[in-house]
Amino acid sequence: MEITAAEALIQCLEKEEVKIIFGCPGGAILPVYDALYGSSIKHVLVRHEQGAAHAADGYARVTGKVGVCIATSGPGATNLVTGIANAYMDSVPMVVITGQVATTQVGTDAFQEVDITGITIPVTKHNYLVKDPRQLPMIVKKAFHIASTGRPGPVLIDLPRDIASRKIKFKYPKNFALPGYKPTYKGHPSMVQQAARVIMKSERPVIYAGGGVRISGASQELLKLAETISAPVTHTLMGLGCFPGDHPLFLGMLGLHGTRYANLAVTGCDCLIAVGARFDDRVVSKISGFAPTARVIHIDIDPAEIGKNVRTHLPIVGDVKTVLEALLPLLDKKDNAAWFERIEQLKLENPLVYKQERQDVLKPQFVIEKLNQYKPCDAIVVTDVGQHQMWAAQYMRFKEPRCFLSSGGLGAMGFCLPAAVGAGLGAPGRTVILVAGDGGFQMTIQELATAAEQNLPLKIFIINNRKLGMVRQLQEYYHDKRYIAVDFRFNLDFAALGRMYGMEGYTVETPEQLMELLPGILASPVPVMVNCIVSGDENVLPMVLAGTNIDEAVDK
Amino acid sequence: MRHTLTVLVENTPGVLARVAGLFSRRGFNIDSLAVGRTDNPAVSRMTIVVEGDDQVLEQVNKQLHKLIDVIKINDITKDAYVDRELVMIKVYAEAATRSEIMQLVDIFRGRIVDVGRKTLTIEVTGDEGKIDAFENCLRPFGIKELVRTGKIAMLRGLKPGTKNNGYKEEDMV
Repeated sequence: MEITAAEALIQCLEKEEVKIIFGCPGGAILPVYDALYGSSIKHVLVRHEQGAAHAADGYARVTGKVGVCIATSGPGATNLVTGIANAYMDSVPMVVITGQVATTQVGTDAFQEVDITGITIPVTKHNYLVKDPRQLPMIVKKAFHIASTGRPGPVLIDLPRDIASRKIKFKYPKNFALPGYKPTYKGHPSMVQQAARVIMKSERPVIYAGGGVRISGASQELLKLAETISAPVTHTLMGLGCFPGDHPLFLGMLGLHGTRYANLAVTGCDCLIAVGARFDDRVVSKISGFAPTARVIHIDIDPAEIGKNVRTHLPIVGDVKTVLEALLPLLDKKDNAAWFERIEQLKLENPLVYKQERQDVLKPQFVIEKLNQYKPCDAIVVTDVGQHQMWAAQYMRFKEPRCFLSSGGLGAMGFCLPAAVGAGLGAPGRTVILVAGDGGFQMTIQELATAAEQNLPLKIFIINNRKLGMVRQLQEYYHDKRYIAVDFRFNLDFAALGRMYGMEGYTVETPEQLMELLPGILASPVPVMVNCIVSGDENVLPMVLAGTNIDEAVDK
Repeated sequence: MRHTLTVLVENTPGVLARVAGLFSRRGFNIDSLAVGRTDNPAVSRMTIVVEGDDQVLEQVNKQLHKLIDVIKINDITKDAYVDRELVMIKVYAEAATRSEIMQLVDIFRGRIVDVGRKTLTIEVTGDEGKIDAFENCLRPFGIKELVRTGKIAMLRGLKPGTKNNGYKEEDMV
């Protein structure tokens, strides 16, 4: 029996066990939406396509499955781009389906036509323009494979309207040929052995863990590695949750706004074991001053990350979990007692602090500290981008990975709310806590309607300083406090806004008010919006200034 | 240092845009890029000449490998290889200079492929140095048009274990 390519697409998604897709319809994608009618796949209608991409991203981050989003041609497709770029930078598996004008019109500047495959080449792992309906099943098969294997990432399929309506004989392929795509999973045995020797010889090892640990599911192996060789573990923004936050070897985040002790430990170590991390500029700052005395071992599945930013002495290309499994049996227990003592001392001497001068002023750090204290242990925390995000990274502790969602590489303001929608749908029953700034939240605020429609009991905490706080901070440090375009003069009542969307809405202005409400809110079964009016001129500290070494962070 | 890469890619629409886009996006300098299909119609072969130190070349290599359509990359700079470029030059040729130009064409083993009233169009193949030298010889006569293909290159002899275009048979299954 013949079916349309659009129907075949939906059947392909079902074969890939897709349960939920996020999207917004439009003219060119209509055949696909028609095929969705009566399908077992749940469609979540977003209010803006950027929301669809971030929601699919949040869903993928929480579940580990491939997130799927869908939009129409032209503006529908371009609206997805931020979300696609975000997934690309943070290595999130995603399949993106866009409608396209009919093949007869492609290239004519037709209504709602854009070259979305051309636009997204730099921000997708791969993309396809379907020109022959018979190829569609194979393309979908390959897209899911590419998105979810190796270093994951988004893959886009652009489907012209006439192709979608053509009839084909459908059979979902089992085999496929991708001669140019063969990710390396197993580390080179001799490199692994050399790494083991370097690690065993080291006296001051530090492990630097990134998002690759979460993606590869290697938290247990990481814990074993750290405990075997008594190496303290620092993490990137993406790596938060990969190592238990209450462990004595936990150092917290490193880099620009990292803990001082993490940065000092990295600067003083003699062996840096980078695990699924990519030496991003926000981690490294001045390259020559980064881990200057260390032998650097770099484990990553993407060979292009090795040696890209920082010189690596021992590269191991492979899947983090597979490599650590091979490495662990080659290591003996050791305690590095002097180093451990030094780390303990660094932690005591350089704690994370903020000043609480007055009892009637709500500090943003206080809100986040208390959220961390009162959150259920399986709660998912989703942040937006900015100061609150860095405070969350500093003060939040997790025992498990996939509990902390944040836009790292791209730093896309507006990520929080739609990603939380995806997370909430991907992990029903778990508490989803949103920590967002008043600036970023307004960038995708329309998705409150999506959240309400899906009955998601989101707990939204707006860290409201009435400004673009991180930009203000940058202007303070780098532009002589010449503040421009950072103050919001219109004071939005987020509590009232939340109520309009059927949430409970509260405004808190003092620590006392927050503490009165917090336990109840986190235990509540309904969605809640808390407008936290915080002091406006806080800075995220410590801060490594541009062009300085990470151990030279300033405190004020 | 200039490096010569031979790159096998899947012959899909957009593959050239992917490769060229990668070079400009990451700030790699392409000196020349020549592309055409191989004996296997599903596979194209690019010869890319790129300028950069070892670290840059390592990144070029690795980033190219990340493109799904790229099957195999060979940096043949340090191996023995044959390289050729083809140039067509339309040069002003009056009666007085015509014979001198034709002598030059002979010396460079070129061919005259078109004769106009005031011009000659000449085809020459060779490595880059020869083409440059030929161009310099013709310059005094006045070059009206010039087109070069960019370099194509191939390793000499047979590397053990390699078949068709330097990729292993099983790579293509």
